[in-house]
Amino acid sequence: MKAWLTALTVLLCSGLALALGGAMLALPEFAVRLPAQVTANLDTSGVSHPVTAVLLNFRGYDTLLEVAVLLLALLGVFALSRHADEHAPRATPAHPVLQTLARLLAPLMVLVAGYLLWVGAHAPGGAFQAGAVLAAAGVLLRLAGLLPAWAQPGRLLRGGLALGLLVFLAVAVAGLPQGSLLHYPVSMAGALILLVEAGLTLSIGLTLAGLYLASAGAKR
Amino acid sequence: MSAALLYALAGAALFAIGLAGLLLQPHLLRKILAFNILGSGAFLILVGLGQRDGIIDPVPQAMVLTGIVVAIAATALALALARQLLDLTGQMRLPEDRPDTEPADD
Repeated sequence: MKAWLTALTVLLCSGLALALGGAMLALPEFAVRLPAQVTANLDTSGVSHPVTAVLLNFRGYDTLLEVAVLLLALLGVFALSRHADEHAPRATPAHPVLQTLARLLAPLMVLVAGYLLWVGAHAPGGAFQAGAVLAAAGVLLRLAGLLPAWAQPGRLLRGGLALGLLVFLAVAVAGLPQGSLLHYPVSMAGALILLVEAGLTLSIGLTLAGLYLASAGAKR
Repeated sequence: MSAALLYALAGAALFAIGLAGLLLQPHLLRKILAFNILGSGAFLILVGLGQRDGIIDPVPQAMVLTGIVVAIAATALALALARQLLDLTGQMRLPEDRPDTEPADD
């Protein structure tokens, strides 16, 4: 690339940074007090942690669509890795120390994921963190050569991948007679959120692990 | 200047660095990394500005949590696409970034 073009791009990007910074320093006071609104409605949300309440109750729509995006991305990765070598999904066995460590850590990580899922109702945690830990366990097992790559995910695996979205959709649609989509009855909100989060944890864990596992077996 | 505003300003700097990397780096892996830096800058701006008056706003935090997961999914898809391009053409560059006077350069 020509040197003057590079210099111009760097100059324009620096200008953008300065403009953004200037805009932030000149921001007016908040027009809407969202934290106060969240605190005021926390009692009706079914959980006591504000971020979980926003994620799964007040702005549940975002989370619902996000899970759909995650599933779409995985479908894209599956579509692209279909040329993968289907009879060579077995990884070369890793070092015995790594294998032993992975065998010891994987059950603990599942335990931590369950804890994070449960604690999300009243402290930092929740379905995404729990799903990420589950996915990390899957990647670790794959790196240790204990888990085959997903050349062709079976029916059970596909069901697990879609479970979170389906449970969330079912809960969202079940609220329709009461007025609107994703409207939980106050008395059942806590249980419904836990149900949705349990489904989401499994699906997010499988999806994130799948993003890695689907292409890990591909031989070039 | 509060610490939260400092985070937001750092986010603006990261955003610009990511944008420059996205535009200037021809290698696709570097473009994907630059895109992630750009995204992290945006997240830092959101979280930083969300608590600039000292009260922590859970709404931007939830949005950023959503955004992080979407960014991971997008990165994985981008990596799969880049790998497909490498398999098909043997190049990790987009056609317009390839010097056409030289043969394959990597």
